[in-house]
Parts: sequence; C-alpha cells; structure tokens
Amino acid sequence: MNILTLVRQVPDAEARVKVSGSAVDLEGATLVIDGMDEYGVEEALRLREGGANIETITALAIGPKRNEDALRTALAMGVDRAIHVETDEKLDAVALSRVVAQIAQAENITLILVGGQEADWDSQALGAATAERLGWPQLTWTNELKIEGESLSGRHDVDDGNESFSAPLPAVVTTQQGLNEPRYPTLPNIMKAKRKELRKDTLDTYGAANTVRVVNAEIQTRARMNRVIDGKDPQAAAEQLLDLLRNEAKVLA
Amino acid sequence: MKLIVAEHTGGKLTKATLEMVAAAQNAGGEGPVTLLVLGQGVAGVANEAAQYAEQVLVGDSAALAAYNPEVWAAAAAQIAQEGEASLVMIGGSRSGREYAPRVAVKLDAPYLEDATSLSVNGTTVQAQRYTYLARVTETVEASAPTVIVTVKPGSFAPAAPAAAAGEQYDVELELPAARTQVTGRSVEKTSRVALTEADVIVTGGRGVGSPDNFATYVEGLADRIGAGVGATRAVVDAGWRPYAEQVGQTGKTVQPKAYIALGVSGAVQHLSGMGKSKFIVAINKDAEAPIFKVADYGIVGDVNQIVPALIEAAKK
Ligand SMILES: Cc1cc2nc3c(=O)[nH]c(=O)nc-3n(C[C@H](O)[C@H](O)[C@H](O)COP(=O)(O)OP(=O)(O)OC[C@H]3O[C@@H](n4cnc5c(N)ncnc54)[C@H](O)[C@@H]3O)c2cc1C
Ligand SMILES: Cc1cc2nc3c(=O)[nH]c(=O)nc-3n(C[C@H](O)[C@H](O)[C@H](O)COP(=O)(O)OP(=O)(O)OC[C@H]3O[C@@H](n4cnc5c(N)ncnc54)[C@H](O)[C@@H]3O)c2cc1C
Repeated sequence: MNILTLVRQVPDAEARVKVSGSAVDLEGATLVIDGMDEYGVEEALRLREGGANIETITALAIGPKRNEDALRTALAMGVDRAIHVETDEKLDAVALSRVVAQIAQAENITLILVGGQEADWDSQALGAATAERLGWPQLTWTNELKIEGESLSGRHDVDDGNESFSAPLPAVVTTQQGLNEPRYPTLPNIMKAKRKELRKDTLDTYGAANTVRVVNAEIQTRARMNRVIDGKDPQAAAEQLLDLLRNEAKVLA
Repeated sequence: MKLIVAEHTGGKLTKATLEMVAAAQNAGGEGPVTLLVLGQGVAGVANEAAQYAEQVLVGDSAALAAYNPEVWAAAAAQIAQEGEASLVMIGGSRSGREYAPRVAVKLDAPYLEDATSLSVNGTTVQAQRYTYLARVTETVEASAPTVIVTVKPGSFAPAAPAAAAGEQYDVELELPAARTQVTGRSVEKTSRVALTEADVIVTGGRGVGSPDNFATYVEGLADRIGAGVGATRAVVDAGWRPYAEQVGQTGKTVQPKAYIALGVSGAVQHLSGMGKSKFIVAINKDAEAPIFKVADYGIVGDVNQIVPALIEAAKK
C-alpha cells in the first residue's frame, strides 16, 4: 500500500505577521513545516515501522517555492519521495482537492494524511474535499490510528467528545497534536534526504481554478493596560484586583 | 432559498443555529430562510425550527439516527440542488467543518470557511474570517449560483422567534450507507454556561496544579462570580477537563467582557482563542509569562494563595 502525506511551509506560530496593502506579507518571517502536517508525516512512518505493509510514502506540497523546504523536512524525517506542484497561484481547498485527488489516483494511493487545520489560514477543508472527490471516507481530528488489513481503526475527536472508529481503506485521515511526537531529522538522514527524489510538477494539467478571492486583510490589536500587582500579600492583591474589576473595568458586580 | 442545516442536541436547536438564522436574515440576497432538520424523531426540533425560519424541511429517518459526514453531505447537497439554494449555511463546529467541504465538492460550489460576518450581493457572497492564529481578519469573496459557508459560533446575535410559524415539509432523501463504524464513544459533558455565551470566563492552566485544585480554584472562583469555566489544551490533554472547555486555536474562540486566566502561560495558540476579550486578567507566579503581555490586570503570585483570597474577597 502507498501513503500520501500532505505538507506545507508556513510562518512559525511565534512569527510576527504583517499586512502589506490588502494581503499578509510573509517577507522575513521564520517559516516551518506546518505542525499539523508533521503529525501526518510521523504517523505514516510509524505505521510502516509498526509492521503495516507500506510500499511507498510520498510527501506532496502544492504551492510556492518555499514549500520545497517542508518537503525536504519530510524527506529527512524518512518519507521515500516527494512531489512539489509548484505554483504561485493561490488555490482554495476545493480547487486544491482536485490536484490532490488526481495525484492520489496516479500514484495508486490507499491512505492520505493531511493536517487537521492549517496553521496560517486556519482551514480544515482540504482533507474532506479530497475524500469527496475520490469517493472515500474520511476521519478528522484523529488521535490514534491503526491499519489492519484492508481497514483502518483508531480514535478521533468529535463535537462532544471522542469516538473509536473503524473504516474501510482507501481513506483520508486528518491529523492533530496528540497523535504522536514527531521525530527530529538526524544529520545523516538530512544528508540522505538530499539524494531522494523530489519531483517537480506544474498546475497545468490539473484543471484547478481558484474560486475564493481574498479582498482584504487587516491586523486588529487591542491596547492592554498591563497593570501588574505584586502578589506577596495575597489578600491585599486580591482586594485590589477585585476593586479594579468592579469599579474601573466594571465587569463584576 | 438560503438553506441552513440545523444543528440540534438533546431535542433542541443549538444557539449556533439561531445565530446562523440571524446571519441569513441580515445578509441580504433573495429567497426564504430555510432550515433543514436532519435526524431521527426530530418532530420537536422541526416545530422549534418553524418558530425561526420561513420554511422548515424535515428529513426524519433511521438512516439519519447518527451523524456521519458522508450522509450529512449527501442530504445537504441534495436539498441545496433541489431547492436551488443560493447560500448553504453549515455550523462552524467540528462536524460542520468536516462535511461542508464535501457539499462544496458535490455541488462544484465555492466554500467560505468559518465566517464571522456575511453579506450577499447578487451571486457574490462576502465573509470575514480570522487567520494567522486570529491575529489577522481577512475578507474573502466568492461569486457563484450556490456558495457554501460555515459560520463561526458566537459571531452573530441569535435570532428571535418570528411572529408567524414557518411552513414544514417532509423531504425524501437519497442517502449513502455510512462506511465508518463507530465502535465506541466517550462523551464529555459540562453543565455550565456555554463558553461562547459567558460574560465572564475563568480559565485554568497547568499552573493550577491538579484536577482537584482546578475544582477548588477555577470552578470555585467561577461559581462565586457567576462565570463560565475554560481550560487550556495542556489541561484538556492531561484529562483534567473536557474538550468542551478548551479555549484556543483548536478549541473555542471566546470574547467575554472579562477573561480571567489562572496558571496559564499564554501560548500563542491559547491567545488565538481569547485575545479579543474585552478585559484580560492573569494570575501567574512567573512575572515573565507571556500572558501578562496581553493582560489588562495581573497578579504575580501563586494561585494556591491568591485564588482563595480572591474567592474570600468576592464574598464581600
Ligand atoms: C481561498 C483563499 C484563502 C486565502 N486565505 C488566506 C489567508 O487566510 N491568509 C493569507 O494570508 N492569505 C490567504 N490567501 C492568500 C493570500 O492572498 C496571500 O497571497 C498569501 O498569504 C501568501 O501566500 P503564498 O502565495 O506566499 O503562499 P501560500 O498560499 O500561503 O502557500 C501555501 C500553499 O500551499 C498550498 N496548500 C494549501 N494547503 C495545502 C495542503 N494541505 N497541502 C498541500 N498544499 C497546500 C496552497 O496551494 C498554497 O498556495 C488565501 C487565498 C485563497 C485563494
Ligand atoms: C497545533 C497546536 C494547537 C494548540 N491549540 C491549543 C488550544 O486550542 N488551546 C490551548 O490552550 N493550547 C493550545 N496549544 C498548546 C499551547 O501551545 C500550550 O502548550 C498550552 O496552551 C499551555 O497550557 P498552559 O498554559 O496550561 O500550560 P503551561 O504552558 O505549562 O503554563 C503553565 C503556567 O502556569 C504558571 N504556574 C505554575 N505554577 C503556578 C502557580 N502555583 N501559581 C501561578 N502560576 C503558576 C507557570 O508559570 C506557567 O506560566 C496548541 C498547540 C499546538 C502545537
């Protein structure tokens, strides 16, 4: 069986974001592989190490040149090969799913792993949209995953708690914090990764057209008072805080 | 029509559904506001829905007894198509955001995700949404005969019941069999004010020390001042508290009048869910904790000492 794991290169969570004109400007931001995607890469490797019969693990990125770095990270972690559909065109999830689905078919994929939520755009849509295009089931917010023959089992978060599941393969699974602890690439593996295949592709043949326009972006900040009370005398500090909340902020009765 | 897939639990519409009704009423665009109620034995929900929407479509069958993304997507897409919906609105819950993209693909329609505002002008739909850990507010737009939108809970004031009850119609649905089997379930319940509805929230982090301390300090203070209870992901992952209480990037987004954080470090993923609160209060023993940077009021001190004093002082 072959696994496809999707990765993106995004600003680090701590990075300062700026807006130039009406769009977010990533110039100068520290970029990293999206943490949610990293859990997917790690899980693919663990499924193989755990004895599932996995032939090839392929990492896929669709987007601008910087995504090459996410693919290099995935290769250094241990995936076998990578595909980069390089484009500066901004594609929404519905459009992107067209590309992912076609690649999954061409590569004879049985399991697709996608990050549950994008660190930058916050989207949770690509996994489900891809599953629909392929006519596959999907499992989102997974925190435990096993392959047994032709089926998947595990546990995932739902609206009011979590559920254990079993589902037939092929399938799409979205990954999140708690699923595993991603490994750090070692130096020898980083070196080895340089010799692994990173295939470049273009959007041309996929017929994917964007349908969502970003018309504006704004950063909203709120000035905070930063009034810090020393808590050495707990009682005095507590009374002072309550007084501020009642009489200055007027948020408590 | 403007189609809203109703969310309901325990035989009642959720507040998020009433928020979507208000969003649809105020967005502009044409056609009746229509609620689609899916489930088994949902006559009561349908009656309640008729108080809010001009039309209620009811899919009541055994095949809809339990939520499944493929089944829900098929139902919503079929009704959207038959009713020539210009707008399909789905709740911004985990489940809503997991089946909405399937509806978009089925209908070859654009999808606007987790909207905090909504306006319709002809066939163009515009929405705002938070990105970059809620530090950026973006305006996105799509033009098409049908546009799919998920709506972020807590973004709109809920609709009030209408003067006249809407018409109810039963619908015949062609549904696929669910392929995913649920083999076990663990439900997390919280009996308090829903977080997205609370005026004041007291949140506990790992610094609170233990599940028992959480009950004594966080719940104790919340009960004393009539607040909702929130938790950090660290505390939820440790099994101290249910996910329903988690605030942050992968939990709830809240905007109370006052947000009181006890033993919370203030990680960016947490700030993402509460940074828009009117007043932020932090109690943390580390004066360098990042939470103080976004706090209006703070006490540098041990929650074990400060919180009992606060609970005591609040009695006065
Ligand atoms: C629908 C839509 C929503 C947008 N939302 C935002 C937004 O919220 N904030 C913002 O700053 N900009 C957004 N943009 C783009 C925005 O206009 C800026 O241009 C953008 O932030 C700068 O991005 P970039 O081209 O440098 O790379 P990005 O577009 O950020 O690079 C990521 C690339 O990876 C691809 N990709 C996305 N998800 C996956 C995945 N799971 N697996 C593999 N590949 C993937 C995409 O094709 C994308 O081009 C959006 C664009 C569209 C079309
Ligand atoms: C993809 C992703 C998504 C995430 N989503 C979320 C999310 O939705 N919500 C969320 O909260 N987190 C989220 N996180 C986790 C986040 O990064 C932090 O790990 C988490 O918020 C830390 O929780 P905490 O503040 O309780 O714990 P800690 O960071 O451990 O902080 C504990 C604090 O308590 C203080 N303290 C200790 N003892 C005392 C005492 N006796 N008295 C007073 N203060 C004391 C310490 O000084 C410290 O500041 C996410 C992370 C990732 C990677």
